[in-house]
Amino acid sequence: MGLSDLCAGKKRTGLRDVYAETLIELAETNDDIVVLDADLSQSTRTARFGAKFPDRFFNMGISEQDMIGTAAGLALAGKVPFASTFAIFEAGRAWEQIRLALCLSQLPVKLVSSHGGITVGEDGPTHHCTEDAALMRVLPNMTVVFPADACEMRGVIVESMSMSGPLYVRGSREKFPDLNCPDTKFQIGKARVLRDGSDIAIIACGLMVDFSLQAAEMLKQEGLEARIINMSTLKPIDQEATVAAARETGLVLTVEEHSIIGGLGSAVCEVLSEHCPTTVKRMGVPDQFCASGTPCELLEMCGLTPKNIRKTAFEMLSGGRRPFATRKARSPSSKEEALSHNI
Amino acid sequence: MIKAEEKRLSDLALKARILILNMLARAGSGHTGGSLSVVEILTYLYFHKMRHKVEDPAWPDRDRLILSKGHAAPALYAALSMCGYFPRSELFKLRRLAGSLQGHPDVRRTTGVEATTGSLGQGLSIANGIALGLRLSGNSSRVYAILGDGELQEGQVWEAAMSASHYRLRNVVAFVDANGLQIDGRVEDVMGLEPLTDKWKAFGWNVQEIDGHDFGQLDEAVQRAENRRDGGPNAIVARTTKGKGVSFMEGKASYHGVAPTMDELRRAMDELGGEILIEVKS
Repeated sequence: MGLSDLCAGKKRTGLRDVYAETLIELAETNDDIVVLDADLSQSTRTARFGAKFPDRFFNMGISEQDMIGTAAGLALAGKVPFASTFAIFEAGRAWEQIRLALCLSQLPVKLVSSHGGITVGEDGPTHHCTEDAALMRVLPNMTVVFPADACEMRGVIVESMSMSGPLYVRGSREKFPDLNCPDTKFQIGKARVLRDGSDIAIIACGLMVDFSLQAAEMLKQEGLEARIINMSTLKPIDQEATVAAARETGLVLTVEEHSIIGGLGSAVCEVLSEHCPTTVKRMGVPDQFCASGTPCELLEMCGLTPKNIRKTAFEMLSGGRRPFATRKARSPSSKEEALSHNI
Repeated sequence: MIKAEEKRLSDLALKARILILNMLARAGSGHTGGSLSVVEILTYLYFHKMRHKVEDPAWPDRDRLILSKGHAAPALYAALSMCGYFPRSELFKLRRLAGSLQGHPDVRRTTGVEATTGSLGQGLSIANGIALGLRLSGNSSRVYAILGDGELQEGQVWEAAMSASHYRLRNVVAFVDANGLQIDGRVEDVMGLEPLTDKWKAFGWNVQEIDGHDFGQLDEAVQRAENRRDGGPNAIVARTTKGKGVSFMEGKASYHGVAPTMDELRRAMDELGGEILIEVKS
């Protein structure tokens, strides 16, 4: 089985391809855009920018810490730097440089990683990055976005041009299914409800948004309506959408291609524990390292498949534990009937 | 450099030392030794060499100074206040919540500070980035970075050394304030760096080694660096004395990270012929 099977054969587009295209497009009219990479420019696709604008492309070699410092300096000199490499090296290797030179300094440097998560696959746990949301989210002034598809990648890059502080964007080696995004404009900090429903809310980011939509389709066959929320901005998280989802459904499931510690699930729990205590279940990479394998095998291993999202949602609904949240009026009979037939 | 100019700079350096010791004693904490060793380099740059405008700190054509050894912030603050970037009274709020002067330089809080530094090893990368940006904009301003010798133990410094050389950053001059000491003792004992000039040369830099307390040598070295036709970045290894100017602090690692007590301040002012500018704490 390949990733396209997990994506139900949908058309998929590379986030990194769209990243490079968007950069080139913006750079045609903006002379201040500069791009840095750390010897992975073929993989991150920034080499395409480099081919087009050689004077504004800086390959820093295999030295991520220096890349971040140099990007900070370019920003101090009035340039608009984008710095790219694999997520683990970007967010991990250069974390303290990001903290001091970008976040404390409040500089508009855009970190656009590639190869986030476990779908890096065969390269193994040395190269899987399942901690970037946690590492970046904890930094003051940082904005953290995990685009769900190419359209969102384009959206965040375009919108980043008006930002005055640092940004981290998680990209992927794998192409993501096109969500055929709605007409609503992508906005940093705004969740998008991709499917309405009142039985349970599934809040997801990245590749897991498509998987959650598929799970919702399966649940619908069973008479259950799941609300699917694409929370591409992990920080600042859309509190309003999160609280509304909890209040109106009473059950929240989070799904992310990231450690269950410190990422989207944690961010949702932080909001809900203070504003609307609700039963939340976090799906993600368990607190352990993966291994080399195909992206699909690893997703299966971590339970990150449409089927397993459906199953987890179903179990939550069957458990029926919703001790705190106030639910809006619903028709319990239909839901309970559905559950009793499908366990 | 003509004698009169040398005299003027020496007087300014003395004034800077008096301010540094006073502000540190007032703060009750901070880095004395490495602030005193870098005074001549900063005095030379701010009062002789660099183009900058106090009335327009963001002037695009200014030369930039990045104090990579950010713990010497008191020396930078003394120079900036003497230039007029902020009032002298601010110096005596060093490290206080009510003041703008952080324990280490902060580009967002202090006028005249060009980059946030203090976590060692990062300043040269930032200086390189500024230099690249200036070059892209066709701006001929210079970027001066000041690093500590102990700081050179950070791997990022050598990443940045490679980058400056690779991108032929002629507009970068890196000073190494080589005072030979770091918190835990002699640099050569903690983690040896010598042969230091050879290391920079091997990374593709033009290197000069000078007495970092001698304005004549500083000026000559910088002139020579900037007049080179062969391109590439320039390093100036400035041999200095930690705690310079105060006999009982000179050459002592123990004065790396502690501020003078009131008694020590008194003794230091006696030696320097300076005044105690702060209130004596009871």
